[in-house]
Amino acid sequence: MSETGLRIYPSKPSKVYFYATCLLDLLDPDGGLAAIELIEREGVEVIWVEKQSCCGQPAYTSGYQEQAKTVALSQMGLFPKDYPIVVMSGSCAGMMFKHYPHLFANDDIYADQAEAFAERVFEFSEFLAHICRAKLHDQGPLTSVVLHTSCSGRRELGIHASSQALLSQLDKVELKKAEYESECCGFGGSFSLRHSEISQAMVEDKARHLQGSGASYLVSADWGCLANINGHLAYRGEASRFNGQHLASFLWQRTKGAKA
Amino acid sequence: MSVQHYQASQFKQQASDALANQTLRSNFRGAMDYLQQKRKDAFSDPQELAQLREHAENIRQRCLSKLPQLLEQLEKNCQANGIQVHWAEDAKQAQQLIAELIQSQGATKVVKGKSMVTEEIELNQHLEGLGIECVESDMGEYIVQLAKETPSHIIMPAIHKNKQQVADLFQQHIKDFDYTLSVDKLIQTGREALRTKFKQAEVGISGVNFAVAETGTLCLVENEGNGRMTTTVPPVHIAVTGIEKVVEFLSDVPPLFSILTRSATGQHITTYFNMISGPRRAPERDGPNEVHLVLLDNGRSQAYADEALRKTLQCIRCGACMNHCPVYTRVGGHAYGTTYPGPIGKIISPHLQGLAQTSDLVTASSLCGACEEVCPVKIPIPSLLQRLRHDAKLPAAEQTPSLKGQASAASWTEHTAWRMWAWLSTHPSIYNWAMAVGVKLAKYLPMPMGEWTRCRNKPELASQTFHQTMKRRASKSLTRSATGGGR
Repeated sequence: MSETGLRIYPSKPSKVYFYATCLLDLLDPDGGLAAIELIEREGVEVIWVEKQSCCGQPAYTSGYQEQAKTVALSQMGLFPKDYPIVVMSGSCAGMMFKHYPHLFANDDIYADQAEAFAERVFEFSEFLAHICRAKLHDQGPLTSVVLHTSCSGRRELGIHASSQALLSQLDKVELKKAEYESECCGFGGSFSLRHSEISQAMVEDKARHLQGSGASYLVSADWGCLANINGHLAYRGEASRFNGQHLASFLWQRTKGAKA
Repeated sequence: MSVQHYQASQFKQQASDALANQTLRSNFRGAMDYLQQKRKDAFSDPQELAQLREHAENIRQRCLSKLPQLLEQLEKNCQANGIQVHWAEDAKQAQQLIAELIQSQGATKVVKGKSMVTEEIELNQHLEGLGIECVESDMGEYIVQLAKETPSHIIMPAIHKNKQQVADLFQQHIKDFDYTLSVDKLIQTGREALRTKFKQAEVGISGVNFAVAETGTLCLVENEGNGRMTTTVPPVHIAVTGIEKVVEFLSDVPPLFSILTRSATGQHITTYFNMISGPRRAPERDGPNEVHLVLLDNGRSQAYADEALRKTLQCIRCGACMNHCPVYTRVGGHAYGTTYPGPIGKIISPHLQGLAQTSDLVTASSLCGACEEVCPVKIPIPSLLQRLRHDAKLPAAEQTPSLKGQASAASWTEHTAWRMWAWLSTHPSIYNWAMAVGVKLAKYLPMPMGEWTRCRNKPELASQTFHQTMKRRASKSLTRSATGGGR
């Protein structure tokens, strides 16, 4: 993503592929359903490809490029039509958008395919805000929310503002800011296991800053970060309703009775 | 007492100790917050910053693309200016070379300006062993030297210390020190102590920020004036630099200088900028009689040989990546056990020390990308970390001969586990079955999560996977459409 962060977006398509990601598959099927409802409400048909598994990022960040390539190739083959692919987690979208072309850059056969595939990848909030240009009508009571923007969303995709743009449309929701908003939560996939003490220091600070915002709810468009932050909140016994949820769940809860 | 020695191979233990040190952590957090703000203020126009970065990156890439010929040109033009040029392949050679230059003068008193490359070759310890006193003349370096430590940051060597700790050190080491916590007075005390050393020194050693091939000029960026004193007062000046610091034209220097200082300390220019183009000439009244330049490889040509890794050498040593790194901010520079800590240290140290020593460093990043975002010459640090992780894990049979310590972190079990994971992820029906079974069984299994549960609960898995949810949704909607129902 360029420093100016501008990507030229296509007009709203009639159909999209839905990429749930392995984290959402295991942790948050409701978030996935909420996202589908939101996209369908925009008049876009959602195609679910059951054969999808994982984008390959865990192997890639651990130094196993061959394994990552094998998995990436299998995923790239699952979406034959030219529709956009909406991805439910910033880090997986970053993997497909930025790292697939990098992985296959010197590959005679797949370099072009990886480039073309990456062009079709859009993170969920990016798709809803910039391609659907969704207009959201808030149906819920007065409340406040704090957004955790992920590093992948911010630095690999340049879309940290799109979640914020969606949330700011909710007129009864006050969007609170956390200190050190752009700092990493300390997840980093295998980093959280290989260097768990440093990761701990990072997630402790992140949770404190998010809670320090005084917001009632925590949302994020990245399930990697959420698994980390929620896990830590639960460990401290402070999960309750502040426990982070996917942006899609929050948006759907607030707007489901509204007409598009 | 010798200098406190940290090792890259002990990173985990050193990081753990640093994390437990609350004073250290608060010193770093405060200092990094301050430096981040300073940089932000210095680059208030994002458009200008983008252009400057692009320009700086282009300069560095152009110069590196012709490194061998620029080094020859530099040597020729330096010699024409009366600078004596020496080459050192590794740290040991550089140590010996510099020691011989000093000893050939019969000298025992040396002052040294701030130079990371002399830290890299552990020059002070070597000279000390030969009975040569080498005093650091940069205030931060001087403090660190008194504390028998190595620098904790490449621009601000003593950034890990607060004023109380500095005052305590001065009380211990400087005669007649009138104890104070006033920063101005502390600096004054240090300066006075150093003034005597400049007068006595027989040799001055410095680093080099840019070496200009076109003119044979050595450029030195500094704020305290100690660099100027070090390179002009003693009769002999020895400049030491890594081979990657060469630039092609004099006109390459201003843009690099401008983005270097703003990235490092948020200064538009520094107080001093020295351009050294040779020893004293008649009828000049000051300056050294001899100027030497030592060009050090020490693993750099290994990085140079690989097109992707060569980008590592674009670095202009501003330290911005450290100032913005969430890992560095929490563990500080010493934990890395390398001369260059933080993100840049993680990608340059494998070339200096080999991957076997540094394989923990290349994994010690969440790949958040903050370093790449601020790097003035756009080094893709996260991508290079990925590359080095890959090289560290290569099974032995796949080695290419380019990198020291390749395959050193390879493990048969880990490799097998990832192969199984890849197999599972490419067999959808088995994958879906395995995930469905996983979420069903998770709550009954006392699944040990090891390091994850150090500060987190086990993830709460859904009662059914998204794949299962979608299957039910599809069958429901089929039923609905069969019975003529709708949403």
